[in-house]
Amino acid sequence: MSVIFIVVPLALLIVLIAVIAYVWSAHAGQFDDLDTPAMRMLHDDDGPRHIEPPCL
Amino acid sequence: MSRSRAPVIGIACTHCGLSVPPAFVEPDASEQFCCQGCRIACEFLSANGLAEYKAFRDKRATPVHSTGRSYDEFDHPAFAELYVRAATGGLSATELYLEGVHCASCVWLVERVPLLVPGVARAELDVRRSLARIEWNSAEVPLSAVARALDRIGYAPHPFRGVARDSMRRREDRAMLSRIGVAGAIAGNVMLASLALYAGAFSGMEGSYEQLFRWVCLGLTIPAIVGPGRVFFVGAWGALRARSLHMDLPIAIALGAGALRGAINTITDSGPIYFDGVTILIFLLLAGRFLQQRGQRAATDAAELLYSLAPSTAHVVAHDGMEREVPAVALLPGMEVNVRAGESFPADGIVTSGRTSVNASLLTGESRPVSATSGDAVFAGTLNISAPVRVRVDVAGETSRLAKLLRQVEESVRRRAPIVAFANRMAGWFVAAVLALAAITFIIWYPRDPARAWDNAIALLIVTCPCALALATPLAVTIAVGRAARAGIFLKGGDALELLSRTGTLVIDKTGTVTEGRTALVEWLGEAWVQPLVLALEVGSSHPLADGFRRAWPSLSVPEADEVTHHAGGGITGTVASHDVVVGSPRFVAARVSGDDAFIARLTDPMLTPVLVAVDGRVVAAAGLGDKVRDDARASLDALRARGWRTTLLSGDDPAVAAAVGAQLGFAPDEAIGGATPEQKLAYIHEARAMMHGRLRTERGAIVMVGDGVNDAAAIAAADVGVGVHGGAEASLVTADVHLTTPGLEPLVRLVEGASRTMRVIHRNIVFSLAYNLLGVALAMAGVITPLIAAVMMPASSLTVVLGSWFGKTFDSSAPSVATNESESATVGASMEAAA
Repeated sequence: MSVIFIVVPLALLIVLIAVIAYVWSAHAGQFDDLDTPAMRMLHDDDGPRHIEPPCL
Repeated sequence: MSRSRAPVIGIACTHCGLSVPPAFVEPDASEQFCCQGCRIACEFLSANGLAEYKAFRDKRATPVHSTGRSYDEFDHPAFAELYVRAATGGLSATELYLEGVHCASCVWLVERVPLLVPGVARAELDVRRSLARIEWNSAEVPLSAVARALDRIGYAPHPFRGVARDSMRRREDRAMLSRIGVAGAIAGNVMLASLALYAGAFSGMEGSYEQLFRWVCLGLTIPAIVGPGRVFFVGAWGALRARSLHMDLPIAIALGAGALRGAINTITDSGPIYFDGVTILIFLLLAGRFLQQRGQRAATDAAELLYSLAPSTAHVVAHDGMEREVPAVALLPGMEVNVRAGESFPADGIVTSGRTSVNASLLTGESRPVSATSGDAVFAGTLNISAPVRVRVDVAGETSRLAKLLRQVEESVRRRAPIVAFANRMAGWFVAAVLALAAITFIIWYPRDPARAWDNAIALLIVTCPCALALATPLAVTIAVGRAARAGIFLKGGDALELLSRTGTLVIDKTGTVTEGRTALVEWLGEAWVQPLVLALEVGSSHPLADGFRRAWPSLSVPEADEVTHHAGGGITGTVASHDVVVGSPRFVAARVSGDDAFIARLTDPMLTPVLVAVDGRVVAAAGLGDKVRDDARASLDALRARGWRTTLLSGDDPAVAAAVGAQLGFAPDEAIGGATPEQKLAYIHEARAMMHGRLRTERGAIVMVGDGVNDAAAIAAADVGVGVHGGAEASLVTADVHLTTPGLEPLVRLVEGASRTMRVIHRNIVFSLAYNLLGVALAMAGVITPLIAAVMMPASSLTVVLGSWFGKTFDSSAPSVATNESESATVGASMEAAA
């Protein structure tokens, strides 16, 4: 059971890494807009190079 | 009316499958699109054979809803100072509010602007707020070119004033989110470690392990206090220095005392630690605050967006006769401006030459156009319909009638703040009571047992933690707001729900709210062969009556017309298939052909505008055009009246028309008011509120304004609750607390029902958490509960509130209480959910 003295700090280390990753992503603006990126990923990157605006 | 509506409902977009807003429905097209993004995306796909979309059978030169403006004012230095910020890499950045943003295809299209306009580095669209962030190289391309490109693809751009505040707010949001995340992670881990301790307390645990977990808890709690928890200490300290009581004070005391006592107990290895309670408290309070803050944000956006929508450009005629486009803010009294057909007047002024008809519904709500000729006054924001005119500016910018109206709207939006102040005062009393009780507990117990005095006082502070109380309202409201949105009712804040749950007075606009808000052909007396002839003349006219004809007979083939002449304020003449055709007002037609009054006499409804048709000198048909009352109006109003609401019709339209519609819908004669200007509407709401507030508390009810036009915006903002209906002008939607996205008045009934159910859930939550607190106080003062039990009881009460809010029935998104096929995207979402 004394392994717990190693496992608990290890678990806390993983938590620390996760928290750092989360704080980084929050500050990098990953949570600013939760709707648009979900739509944006639907568009192919290799799609249109140029679109003609509709002529009126 | 800034937008028109069609009676057609429940049409799915060919491209994305969402329902098509009535304003975009093309009655005679085989493909229907919910937005320009979908239309162009679909055209693009089919043009390149990329998808199995059916080939366009009759690809028409589709009317992209483009204004064709030059947007020259976007390059003006004054504009840049207000709206443009420097971005990294020598680029300029601005945010533009786009009209008509709807779905994923809009994102696709808007974000391809860099492909359309060389020199634009990046375009990012926030769909929910309809804001596009543009970064461009100002040396390479002017902003006006970007704006023109956006306009050409169907998203008319407007400058957004909140640019500077937006970045600050974004920083705040990010900081808040990381605080919540850190607090949550710590709370979860402390909870796990505490669980091990609780389990150990029952089944026995070796001392060394127990100590390990106690130290782990302490090690985790310290960063929670100095990190996310610091805001409470800062807030409490600020309140103390300002000599006021604030919700943060008992929280800070409870956190500080709990953590300190826990730390001492950990070091001395005796007694309970309170770290689980402390960290959970930090997490839940931060989360509750975040939810509340987001609701308030929407209201502050309102005022900013309003300014985005005001007309921003004008064609000034210089002394040499040349025409230049300038920002509307640069207009001065005495300047001459040209206003083309289809444009809004940029300032208040006098017509100096030309003759046209003006749609003043923006300011007056009057649905019928009025004619304006030399010497007549016109107002900023109203729409020039039929012909170009020259106007001498009288009043421009900040003092125009529209600007004053917008300012009143803004003030009304801001004045809603006192509710928050009241809540803070209440919190002050709560804090004072809790602190006093804790002090009393300590004083009573200290002479008998100093150690237990400490424990009991801390137990009291922890158990009375306003956590559940603080969560009760925002949580229930947030869940209800989310469910309402799925049912097509968008609520900006929780206050509206509280006010709507009681009865009060509903003040309802006529044009566009109880009526369809667009001219439709209601009566047609005449033979069918006349119809193509009429359509041939009307097809090129921008007059609203012509619109009514076009919509009435969408499938008729239109013959060619020659020598078509539009006579402003009268009618149209022309030659169709070698027949002389005259279409116009009875007076206009009578002046040109020998009169036949039989037709006009048969048009009975006084609410309709009569139109006569003469072919080859003989009157052959008569038409009555008007604004149709919505099908569900009567039933919905009766349902609201049955719930105890008083109803008043407040219209800017002619009093006779208002009275006729009012009678038809069961309004009492003195409750159908016509001819009200926007200022009078605002005054009416103020008066009604003043009267209400003079009454006894028990009789008091909310004044609810329901409307759709800019002329209602001030009244909507001033009312206790403002409701903007489907298809309303942006200004009214922006100031409204509630926005109904399904057409008709029936959603209003659902809103009121949902609001009262939500309030029942909130009351249940509050009663429960208050009772819980009272019980906790009694037990703690009696010394029955230790701080350990208090720390367990505290999150348990919060959990009950969470569960109560989640399972409470509020807005039912799946209930088909109306004709179910009028599905906005919300209903689509609901049915998908049901299928899952």
